[in-house]
Amino acid sequence: MSDHAVTIRVNGVERSESVPARLTLADFLRERLDLTATHLACEHGVCGACTVLVDGETARACLLLTVQADRSEVTTLEGLTEDDELGPIEQAFWAKHGMQCGFCTPGFVLTIAEMLDDNPNPTREEIIEGLGGNLCRCTGYVKIVEAVEEAVSLRGGGA
Amino acid sequence: MKPPDFDYVAPTSVDDAVKALGSDSEAKVLAGGQSLIPLLAFRLAGPSLLVDLARVDGLDHITDGGDRLVIGAMTRQRRAERDFVVADRCPLLVESLRHVGHPQIRSRGTIGGSVAHADPAAELPAVVLALGGRVHVTGPAGDRTIEAEDLFQGFLSTSLADGEILTAVEVPASGPRTGWSVMEVARRPGDYALCGALCQLQLNGADQVEKAHLALIGVGDRPMRAHAVEAAVLSGASPTEAAALAPDGLSPGSDVHASSDYRLHLATVTTRRALAQALERAA
Repeated sequence: MSDHAVTIRVNGVERSESVPARLTLADFLRERLDLTATHLACEHGVCGACTVLVDGETARACLLLTVQADRSEVTTLEGLTEDDELGPIEQAFWAKHGMQCGFCTPGFVLTIAEMLDDNPNPTREEIIEGLGGNLCRCTGYVKIVEAVEEAVSLRGGGA
Repeated sequence: MKPPDFDYVAPTSVDDAVKALGSDSEAKVLAGGQSLIPLLAFRLAGPSLLVDLARVDGLDHITDGGDRLVIGAMTRQRRAERDFVVADRCPLLVESLRHVGHPQIRSRGTIGGSVAHADPAAELPAVVLALGGRVHVTGPAGDRTIEAEDLFQGFLSTSLADGEILTAVEVPASGPRTGWSVMEVARRPGDYALCGALCQLQLNGADQVEKAHLALIGVGDRPMRAHAVEAAVLSGASPTEAAALAPDGLSPGSDVHASSDYRLHLATVTTRRALAQALERAA
Protein backbone atom coordinates (compact mmCIF):
# COMPACT_ATOMS: atom_id res chain seq x y z
CA MET A 1 0.00 0.00 0.00
CA SER A 2 1.20 3.49 -0.75
CA ASP A 3 2.95 5.75 1.69
CA HIS A 4 1.65 9.19 2.55
CA ALA A 5 3.56 12.40 3.15
CA VAL A 6 2.72 14.04 6.47
CA THR A 7 3.95 17.19 8.17
CA ILE A 8 3.31 17.32 11.87
CA ARG A 9 4.61 19.85 14.36
CA VAL A 10 5.76 17.77 17.34
CA ASN A 11 6.77 19.63 20.49
CA GLY A 12 7.34 22.75 18.43
CA VAL A 13 9.49 21.08 15.77
CA GLU A 14 8.10 20.50 12.29
CA ARG A 15 8.57 16.88 11.17
CA SER A 16 7.95 15.76 7.59
CA GLU A 17 7.86 12.01 7.01
CA SER A 18 6.44 9.47 4.64
CA VAL A 19 4.29 6.94 6.47
CA PRO A 20 2.05 3.99 5.70
CA ALA A 21 -1.64 4.66 6.41
CA ARG A 22 -1.77 1.97 9.11
CA LEU A 23 0.92 3.63 11.27
CA THR A 24 -0.66 5.00 14.45
CA LEU A 25 0.45 8.33 15.85
CA ALA A 26 1.77 6.51 18.92
CA ASP A 27 4.07 4.33 16.80
CA PHE A 28 5.07 7.35 14.73
CA LEU A 29 6.17 9.18 17.88
CA ARG A 30 7.96 6.19 19.37
CA GLU A 31 9.46 4.46 16.35
CA ARG A 32 10.10 7.29 13.91
CA LEU A 33 10.85 10.19 16.25
CA ASP A 34 12.22 8.21 19.19
CA LEU A 35 9.90 10.07 21.57
CA THR A 36 9.34 7.14 23.89
CA ALA A 37 7.61 8.93 26.76
CA THR A 38 4.34 8.15 24.99
CA HIS A 39 3.67 4.65 26.32
CA LEU A 40 1.61 1.94 24.68
CA ALA A 41 -0.25 -0.57 26.78
CA CYS A 42 -3.69 -1.66 25.59
CA GLU A 43 -3.44 -0.26 22.05
CA HIS A 44 -7.19 -0.02 21.70
CA GLY A 45 -8.11 3.18 23.47
CA VAL A 46 -8.94 1.92 26.94
CA CYS A 47 -5.95 2.60 29.17
CA GLY A 48 -4.90 6.16 28.34
CA ALA A 49 -1.14 5.54 28.64
CA CYS A 50 -0.60 6.97 25.14
CA THR A 51 -2.48 10.23 25.79
CA VAL A 52 -0.96 13.21 23.95
CA LEU A 53 -2.21 16.68 23.05
CA VAL A 54 -3.36 17.09 19.44
CA ASP A 55 -3.98 20.75 18.61
CA GLY A 56 -4.14 21.37 22.33
CA GLU A 57 -6.67 18.66 23.18
CA THR A 58 -5.97 15.31 24.78
CA ALA A 59 -6.32 12.34 22.45
CA ARG A 60 -5.35 8.66 22.41
CA ALA A 61 -2.28 8.38 20.19
CA CYS A 62 -3.13 4.68 19.61
CA LEU A 63 -6.55 5.62 18.17
CA LEU A 64 -5.22 8.14 15.71
CA LEU A 65 -3.53 7.30 12.45
CA THR A 66 -0.49 9.41 11.66
CA VAL A 67 -2.14 10.43 8.39
CA GLN A 68 -5.09 11.82 10.38
CA ALA A 69 -2.70 14.00 12.36
CA ASP A 70 -1.22 15.54 9.20
CA ARG A 71 -0.92 19.33 9.58
CA SER A 72 -1.66 19.26 13.27
CA GLU A 73 0.33 20.16 16.33
CA VAL A 74 1.21 17.38 18.76
CA THR A 75 2.57 17.76 22.26
CA THR A 76 4.00 14.77 24.12
CA LEU A 77 5.31 14.55 27.65
CA GLU A 78 8.76 15.51 26.33
CA GLY A 79 7.29 18.79 25.09
CA LEU A 80 5.55 19.83 28.30
CA THR A 81 8.63 21.25 29.98
CA GLU A 82 11.84 22.92 28.91
CA ASP A 83 15.47 22.35 29.92
CA ASP A 84 14.85 18.92 31.44
CA GLU A 85 13.34 20.53 34.54
CA LEU A 86 10.31 18.90 36.13
CA GLY A 87 7.10 20.83 35.53
CA PRO A 88 4.64 21.39 38.38
CA ILE A 89 2.61 18.27 37.58
CA GLU A 90 5.67 16.03 37.44
CA GLN A 91 7.00 17.69 40.58
CA ALA A 92 3.68 16.95 42.30
CA PHE A 93 3.77 13.29 41.21
CA TRP A 94 7.25 13.04 42.70
CA ALA A 95 6.31 14.79 45.94
CA LYS A 96 3.11 12.79 46.50
CA HIS A 97 4.34 9.41 45.22
CA GLY A 98 1.77 9.53 42.45
CA MET A 99 3.33 6.54 40.72
CA GLN A 100 4.85 3.17 41.41
CA CYS A 101 5.95 1.50 38.17
CA GLY A 102 5.39 4.74 36.24
CA PHE A 103 4.11 3.17 33.06
CA CYS A 104 0.81 5.07 33.08
CA THR A 105 2.31 8.34 34.32
CA PRO A 106 2.93 10.13 30.98
CA GLY A 107 -0.73 9.74 30.02
CA PHE A 108 -1.85 10.99 33.41
CA VAL A 109 0.42 14.03 33.22
CA LEU A 110 -0.96 15.07 29.81
CA THR A 111 -4.54 14.51 30.97
CA ILE A 112 -3.91 16.58 34.10
CA ALA A 113 -2.20 19.33 32.10
CA GLU A 114 -5.34 19.77 30.01
CA MET A 115 -7.61 19.43 33.04
CA LEU A 116 -5.84 22.21 34.95
CA ASP A 117 -5.65 24.47 31.90
CA ASP A 118 -9.43 24.12 31.58
CA ASN A 119 -10.12 24.37 35.28
CA PRO A 120 -7.25 25.60 37.49
CA ASN A 121 -9.10 24.81 40.73
CA PRO A 122 -10.92 21.50 40.33
CA THR A 123 -12.85 19.96 43.20
CA ARG A 124 -11.94 16.46 44.30
CA GLU A 125 -14.95 15.10 42.38
CA GLU A 126 -13.87 16.97 39.25
CA ILE A 127 -10.36 15.53 39.60
CA ILE A 128 -11.67 11.99 39.94
CA GLU A 129 -14.02 12.48 36.98
CA GLY A 130 -11.20 14.01 34.93
CA LEU A 131 -8.88 11.07 35.60
CA GLY A 132 -11.53 8.53 34.55
CA GLY A 133 -9.96 7.91 31.15
CA ASN A 134 -6.58 6.82 32.47
CA LEU A 135 -5.86 3.47 34.11
CA CYS A 136 -3.26 2.90 36.82
CA ARG A 137 -2.68 -0.60 38.16
CA CYS A 138 -0.34 0.32 41.04
CA THR A 139 -1.51 3.26 43.08
CA GLY A 140 -5.24 2.78 43.56
CA TYR A 141 -5.44 6.41 42.36
CA VAL A 142 -5.43 7.98 45.84
CA LYS A 143 -1.86 9.25 45.43
CA ILE A 144 -2.58 10.48 41.93
CA VAL A 145 -5.54 12.54 43.15
CA GLU A 146 -3.30 13.97 45.86
CA ALA A 147 -0.69 14.77 43.20
CA VAL A 148 -3.26 16.74 41.23
CA GLU A 149 -4.15 18.72 44.34
CA GLU A 150 -0.45 19.35 44.93
CA ALA A 151 -0.02 20.43 41.30
CA VAL A 152 -2.87 22.91 41.75
CA SER A 153 -1.02 24.63 44.57
CA LEU A 154 2.37 24.42 42.81
CA ARG A 155 0.79 26.13 39.82
CA GLY A 156 -0.36 28.93 42.08
CA GLY A 157 -4.04 27.99 42.16
CA GLY A 158 -5.90 26.36 45.01
CA ALA A 159 -8.08 27.71 47.75
CA MET B 1 -2.65 -4.93 18.13
CA LYS B 2 -1.53 -3.04 15.02
CA PRO B 3 -4.04 -2.21 12.29
CA PRO B 4 -3.81 -4.30 9.12
CA ASP B 5 -2.53 -2.72 5.94
CA PHE B 6 -4.93 -0.52 3.99
CA ASP B 7 -4.87 2.48 1.71
CA TYR B 8 -6.08 5.93 2.65
CA VAL B 9 -7.58 8.96 0.97
CA ALA B 10 -8.67 12.29 2.46
CA PRO B 11 -11.02 13.94 -0.05
CA THR B 12 -12.10 17.55 0.41
CA SER B 13 -15.68 17.39 -0.92
CA VAL B 14 -18.65 15.12 -0.27
CA ASP B 15 -18.80 14.25 -3.97
CA ASP B 16 -15.18 13.15 -4.02
CA ALA B 17 -15.73 11.15 -0.84
CA VAL B 18 -18.71 9.36 -2.42
CA LYS B 19 -16.61 8.63 -5.52
CA ALA B 20 -13.73 7.28 -3.44
CA LEU B 21 -16.11 5.11 -1.44
CA GLY B 22 -17.63 3.78 -4.65
CA SER B 23 -14.23 2.99 -6.15
CA ASP B 24 -13.57 0.04 -3.85
CA SER B 25 -16.14 -2.43 -2.53
CA GLU B 26 -14.03 -2.98 0.59
CA ALA B 27 -13.69 0.73 1.40
CA LYS B 28 -14.88 2.13 4.71
CA VAL B 29 -15.56 5.66 5.92
CA LEU B 30 -13.26 7.02 8.62
CA ALA B 31 -14.79 9.74 10.80
CA GLY B 32 -13.09 10.27 14.18
CA GLY B 33 -11.88 6.67 14.30
CA GLN B 34 -12.62 6.12 17.98
CA SER B 35 -14.68 3.01 17.22
CA LEU B 36 -13.15 2.00 13.89
CA ILE B 37 -9.46 2.06 14.90
CA PRO B 38 -10.00 -0.40 17.80
CA LEU B 39 -11.84 -2.69 15.36
CA LEU B 40 -8.82 -2.47 13.06
CA ALA B 41 -6.42 -3.10 15.94
CA PHE B 42 -8.36 -6.25 16.85
CA ARG B 43 -8.49 -7.18 13.14
CA LEU B 44 -12.29 -7.32 13.38
CA ALA B 45 -12.43 -5.05 10.35
CA GLY B 46 -10.15 -5.30 7.33
CA PRO B 47 -11.00 -2.57 4.84
CA SER B 48 -8.74 -2.15 1.81
CA LEU B 49 -9.32 1.62 1.77
CA LEU B 50 -10.24 4.22 4.39
CA VAL B 51 -12.01 7.36 3.17
CA ASP B 52 -11.27 10.00 5.80
CA LEU B 53 -13.97 12.67 6.05
CA ALA B 54 -11.92 15.01 8.25
CA ARG B 55 -10.87 17.28 5.36
CA VAL B 56 -14.29 17.36 3.68
CA ASP B 57 -15.73 20.84 3.55
CA GLY B 58 -19.04 21.53 5.23
CA LEU B 59 -19.38 18.55 7.55
CA ASP B 60 -18.32 20.34 10.74
CA HIS B 61 -21.16 22.63 11.77
CA ILE B 62 -23.86 23.19 14.35
CA THR B 63 -26.86 24.82 12.69
CA ASP B 64 -29.78 26.27 14.60
CA GLY B 65 -32.76 25.71 12.30
CA GLY B 66 -35.40 27.15 14.65
CA ASP B 67 -37.44 24.09 15.55
CA ARG B 68 -34.68 21.77 14.33
CA LEU B 69 -31.06 21.40 15.30
CA VAL B 70 -28.75 20.14 12.56
CA ILE B 71 -25.25 18.93 13.41
CA GLY B 72 -22.69 18.13 10.73
CA ALA B 73 -21.47 14.55 10.80
CA MET B 74 -17.82 15.48 11.44
CA THR B 75 -18.58 17.78 14.38
CA ARG B 76 -16.39 16.60 17.23
CA GLN B 77 -18.29 15.34 20.24
CA ARG B 78 -16.38 17.64 22.56
CA ARG B 79 -17.37 20.68 20.52
CA ALA B 80 -21.05 19.74 20.63
CA GLU B 81 -20.79 18.99 24.35
CA ARG B 82 -19.56 22.55 24.99
CA ASP B 83 -21.74 24.38 22.47
CA PHE B 84 -24.31 26.86 23.75
CA VAL B 85 -26.74 26.29 20.87
CA VAL B 86 -26.74 22.54 21.51
CA ALA B 87 -27.17 23.15 25.24
CA ASP B 88 -30.18 25.33 24.53
CA ARG B 89 -31.80 23.31 21.75
CA CYS B 90 -30.96 19.77 22.78
CA PRO B 91 -29.87 19.47 26.42
CA LEU B 92 -30.45 15.70 26.22
CA LEU B 93 -27.62 15.49 23.68
CA VAL B 94 -25.22 17.42 25.93
CA GLU B 95 -26.00 15.19 28.88
CA SER B 96 -25.66 12.08 26.72
CA LEU B 97 -22.28 13.21 25.41
CA ARG B 98 -20.91 13.29 28.95
CA HIS B 99 -21.49 9.52 29.02
CA VAL B 100 -19.61 8.89 25.76
CA GLY B 101 -16.18 7.40 26.49
CA HIS B 102 -13.87 9.91 28.13
CA PRO B 103 -12.76 13.48 27.31
CA GLN B 104 -9.78 12.04 25.40
CA ILE B 105 -12.21 10.09 23.21
CA ARG B 106 -14.70 12.93 22.73
CA SER B 107 -11.96 15.26 21.47
CA ARG B 108 -11.66 13.05 18.38
CA GLY B 109 -14.96 11.19 18.21
CA THR B 110 -17.65 12.67 15.99
CA ILE B 111 -21.44 12.98 16.19
CA GLY B 112 -22.01 11.37 12.80
CA GLY B 113 -19.45 8.63 13.34
CA SER B 114 -21.12 7.44 16.50
CA VAL B 115 -24.60 7.47 14.95
CA ALA B 116 -23.41 5.61 11.82
CA HIS B 117 -21.52 3.06 13.91
CA ALA B 118 -24.90 2.13 15.50
CA ASP B 119 -23.62 0.44 18.62
CA PRO B 120 -26.68 -0.79 20.55
CA ALA B 121 -25.14 0.36 23.84
CA ALA B 122 -24.07 3.80 22.57
CA GLU B 123 -25.84 6.99 23.63
CA LEU B 124 -25.91 9.07 20.44
CA PRO B 125 -27.91 6.66 18.26
CA ALA B 126 -30.43 6.46 21.14
CA VAL B 127 -30.72 10.26 21.37
CA VAL B 128 -31.61 10.51 17.67
CA LEU B 129 -34.04 7.60 17.99
CA ALA B 130 -35.70 8.86 21.19
CA LEU B 131 -36.26 12.34 19.80
CA GLY B 132 -37.59 11.11 16.46
CA GLY B 133 -34.68 12.66 14.57
CA ARG B 134 -33.28 11.81 11.19
CA VAL B 135 -29.99 11.69 9.34
CA HIS B 136 -28.97 13.26 6.05
CA VAL B 137 -27.00 11.07 3.67
CA THR B 138 -25.35 11.50 0.28
CA GLY B 139 -24.60 8.64 -2.07
CA PRO B 140 -24.10 7.80 -5.72
CA ALA B 141 -27.86 8.37 -6.28
CA GLY B 142 -27.88 11.77 -4.60
CA ASP B 143 -29.12 13.08 -1.25
CA ARG B 144 -31.83 11.64 0.98
CA THR B 145 -32.90 11.62 4.61
CA ILE B 146 -33.49 8.54 6.75
CA GLU B 147 -35.77 8.70 9.78
CA ALA B 148 -34.10 7.39 12.93
CA GLU B 149 -36.77 4.71 13.36
CA ASP B 150 -35.75 3.29 9.96
CA LEU B 151 -32.02 3.78 10.42
CA PHE B 152 -30.98 1.22 13.02
CA GLN B 153 -31.26 -2.28 11.59
CA GLY B 154 -29.31 -4.42 14.02
CA PHE B 155 -25.93 -4.79 15.69
CA LEU B 156 -23.63 -2.15 14.12
CA SER B 157 -25.99 -2.09 11.13
CA THR B 158 -27.89 0.77 9.54
CA SER B 159 -30.03 1.26 6.46
CA LEU B 160 -27.34 3.37 4.80
CA ALA B 161 -26.86 1.84 1.36
CA ASP B 162 -23.46 0.85 -0.02
CA GLY B 163 -21.57 3.97 -0.99
CA GLU B 164 -23.70 6.35 1.09
CA ILE B 165 -22.16 8.76 3.57
CA LEU B 166 -23.95 10.19 6.59
CA THR B 167 -23.46 13.97 6.35
CA ALA B 168 -25.60 15.40 9.17
CA VAL B 169 -27.77 14.49 12.13
CA GLU B 170 -31.01 16.37 12.74
CA VAL B 171 -33.16 16.42 15.87
CA PRO B 172 -36.22 18.48 16.83
CA ALA B 173 -35.29 21.37 19.12
CA SER B 174 -36.66 21.04 22.62
CA GLY B 175 -39.60 23.26 23.55
CA PRO B 176 -40.40 25.15 26.77
CA ARG B 177 -40.94 23.28 30.04
CA THR B 178 -38.79 20.40 28.85
CA GLY B 179 -36.91 18.06 31.17
CA TRP B 180 -34.40 15.42 30.21
CA SER B 181 -32.37 12.68 31.81
CA VAL B 182 -29.78 10.01 31.05
CA MET B 183 -29.60 7.19 33.56
CA GLU B 184 -27.15 4.34 33.12
CA VAL B 185 -25.77 1.42 35.03
CA ALA B 186 -22.21 0.50 34.01
CA ARG B 187 -19.50 -1.54 35.66
CA ARG B 188 -17.15 1.44 35.58
CA PRO B 189 -17.67 5.09 34.62
CA GLY B 190 -16.93 5.50 30.91
CA ASP B 191 -17.71 1.86 30.11
CA TYR B 192 -20.54 1.03 27.79
CA ALA B 193 -23.68 0.81 29.92
CA LEU B 194 -25.16 -2.58 30.79
CA CYS B 195 -28.43 -0.74 30.35
CA GLY B 196 -29.41 2.90 30.09
CA ALA B 197 -32.48 5.06 29.63
CA LEU B 198 -32.48 8.38 27.76
CA CYS B 199 -35.54 10.48 28.27
CA GLN B 200 -37.02 13.86 27.37
CA LEU B 201 -40.43 15.07 28.60
CA GLN B 202 -42.34 18.26 27.91
CA LEU B 203 -45.11 19.60 30.17
CA ASN B 204 -48.12 21.68 29.17
CA GLY B 205 -49.60 24.59 31.15
CA ALA B 206 -51.59 22.19 33.33
CA ASP B 207 -48.42 20.31 34.33
CA GLN B 208 -49.41 17.29 32.24
CA VAL B 209 -46.83 15.53 30.09
CA GLU B 210 -47.64 16.44 26.50
CA LYS B 211 -44.55 15.00 24.81
CA ALA B 212 -42.66 11.92 25.95
CA HIS B 213 -39.51 10.45 24.44
CA LEU B 214 -37.68 7.47 25.89
CA ALA B 215 -35.11 5.10 24.42
CA LEU B 216 -33.20 2.26 26.05
CA ILE B 217 -29.66 1.12 25.29
CA GLY B 218 -27.91 -2.18 25.97
CA VAL B 219 -31.09 -4.23 25.83
CA GLY B 220 -31.11 -5.45 22.24
CA ASP B 221 -29.24 -5.44 18.97
CA ARG B 222 -30.07 -1.75 18.46
CA PRO B 223 -31.29 1.19 20.55
CA MET B 224 -34.94 0.57 21.46
CA ARG B 225 -37.66 3.20 21.74
CA ALA B 226 -39.97 2.44 24.67
CA HIS B 227 -43.35 3.21 23.12
CA ALA B 228 -45.34 1.54 25.92
CA VAL B 229 -43.60 3.66 28.54
CA GLU B 230 -44.15 6.83 26.52
CA ALA B 231 -47.87 6.07 26.12
CA ALA B 232 -48.25 5.41 29.84
CA VAL B 233 -46.53 8.66 30.78
CA LEU B 234 -48.72 10.59 28.34
CA SER B 235 -51.83 9.14 29.96
CA GLY B 236 -50.69 10.29 33.40
CA ALA B 237 -48.91 7.23 34.82
CA SER B 238 -46.32 7.85 37.51
CA PRO B 239 -42.66 7.08 36.79
CA THR B 240 -42.91 3.85 38.77
CA GLU B 241 -46.08 2.72 36.95
CA ALA B 242 -44.71 3.64 33.53
CA ALA B 243 -41.29 2.11 34.17
CA ALA B 244 -42.88 -1.25 34.90
CA LEU B 245 -43.65 -1.39 31.16
CA ALA B 246 -40.02 -0.83 30.13
CA PRO B 247 -39.22 -4.55 29.58
CA ASP B 248 -42.21 -4.91 27.19
CA GLY B 249 -41.05 -6.39 23.91
CA LEU B 250 -37.41 -6.63 24.98
CA SER B 251 -35.37 -9.82 24.97
CA PRO B 252 -31.78 -8.79 25.72
CA GLY B 253 -29.07 -11.39 25.48
CA SER B 254 -27.03 -12.73 28.38
CA ASP B 255 -23.29 -12.29 28.36
CA VAL B 256 -20.32 -12.19 30.69
CA HIS B 257 -21.36 -8.71 31.91
CA ALA B 258 -25.02 -9.30 32.76
CA SER B 259 -27.81 -11.83 32.36
CA SER B 260 -30.88 -11.11 30.29
CA ASP B 261 -33.04 -10.96 33.43
CA TYR B 262 -30.70 -8.49 35.09
CA ARG B 263 -30.76 -6.25 32.03
CA LEU B 264 -34.58 -6.30 32.05
CA HIS B 265 -34.50 -5.36 35.72
CA LEU B 266 -32.13 -2.50 34.91
CA ALA B 267 -34.45 -1.35 32.11
CA THR B 268 -37.15 -0.75 34.72
CA VAL B 269 -34.79 0.86 37.21
CA THR B 270 -33.08 3.23 34.75
CA THR B 271 -36.43 4.13 33.14
CA ARG B 272 -37.97 5.00 36.50
CA ARG B 273 -34.99 7.16 37.49
CA ALA B 274 -34.86 8.88 34.10
CA LEU B 275 -38.59 9.68 34.10
CA ALA B 276 -38.42 11.04 37.64
CA GLN B 277 -35.45 13.29 36.92
CA ALA B 278 -36.86 14.52 33.60
CA LEU B 279 -40.15 15.41 35.32
CA GLU B 280 -38.32 17.27 38.05
CA ARG B 281 -36.29 19.26 35.53
CA ALA B 282 -39.36 20.07 33.42
CA ALA B 283 -41.35 21.43 36.35
